[in-house]
Amino acid sequence: MSTITVSEKDQKNIWGGGVEPMKASYGKLMMWFFLLSDAFTFSGFLVAYGMSRFAFPAYTGSVKDFVPSLEYWPIPEKIFTHIPFFHVEAPLVFVGIMTFILIMSSVTMVLAVEAGHRMDKADVQKWMLWTIFGGWAFIGCQAWEWTVFIQGTPEGLKLASGEVIKGASLTMNEYGPKLFADFFFFITGFHGTHVLSGIIMNMIVFYNVCIGTYERIGHYEMVEKVGLYWHFVDLVWVFVFTFFYLV
Amino acid sequence: MAHGLHDHAPAHKVLPRDKAKILKIWKTALLLAVVTAIEFLLAFTMERGSLLFAVFIGLTLVKAFYIVADFMHLKYETKVLVWSIILPTMFVIWLIVALLAEGDAIFKIRSLWGWF
Repeated sequence: MSTITVSEKDQKNIWGGGVEPMKASYGKLMMWFFLLSDAFTFSGFLVAYGMSRFAFPAYTGSVKDFVPSLEYWPIPEKIFTHIPFFHVEAPLVFVGIMTFILIMSSVTMVLAVEAGHRMDKADVQKWMLWTIFGGWAFIGCQAWEWTVFIQGTPEGLKLASGEVIKGASLTMNEYGPKLFADFFFFITGFHGTHVLSGIIMNMIVFYNVCIGTYERIGHYEMVEKVGLYWHFVDLVWVFVFTFFYLV
Repeated sequence: MAHGLHDHAPAHKVLPRDKAKILKIWKTALLLAVVTAIEFLLAFTMERGSLLFAVFIGLTLVKAFYIVADFMHLKYETKVLVWSIILPTMFVIWLIVALLAEGDAIFKIRSLWGWF
């Protein structure tokens, strides 16, 4: 009998070594626990956003008449109205497209993992490429959104003192309390950094797929591991979308 | 077997596409897209308030469940692994309760002092 076999009687020794009690490899487990810690980081960010929002007055008038002011927290759908190439007010449409791009790239990642299970190198390559493409598309959209947010509206915000603020920085913004822009930069920026590192990891794994590394070692588990990371990035965006843009 | 005699036989056989599995992946994708579309729609049709926010949070959790359970495959892992990941995230619930209450308290003190 090999040490891998665990009989009913030996169940209590399942954690004694020589077996995988969680039936997952070391690398996959560590990716899961890393993602757990990363989830806490993002929770910290989003909960801090919630706290700051509760610490500021809410806008009480009707949504239609909303105008940005330093006095109260803004309504996000009134701030994120820009859509590239169309000179119309399109609240949340651009961010909706970004959400769709990220979900689609998550799907192509699952399809790459599925192809890896079948040892289908050509399919893994195809779906990894789509995933990388989706990632770049998302980053591109985010860069565009940041540019618009930083530049601000043509009119800007006129303060009581007569001073006009245009756009946003870490110390001042025309959309509301300065913390609003700070959280925008930190939360979407930290998420964007995750997307970027995810793309880089995907590109490295794609390269390894191409040169046949995983075919040689006999499995495509590395695709699964970067896949876990990539889905996590999508998962975080789902929460950012709700708590930063919708609520 | 004639195949085995070739010198350049591939080390691993490429299996055919699992149609049922691929269809299931696309179904999950469709569900995520539809839920996002519903959220988007509600943002402009329902009045802003606690009810709408509760619906948003509910739909977000639905999406989170499908991403983690299906895409990240957690549903099919061993129970001990599932709980190792899910249980610690419960701490976040306390973080939310504690910090939102704190934010509210800060708001009250600021209002009291005429900070705004």
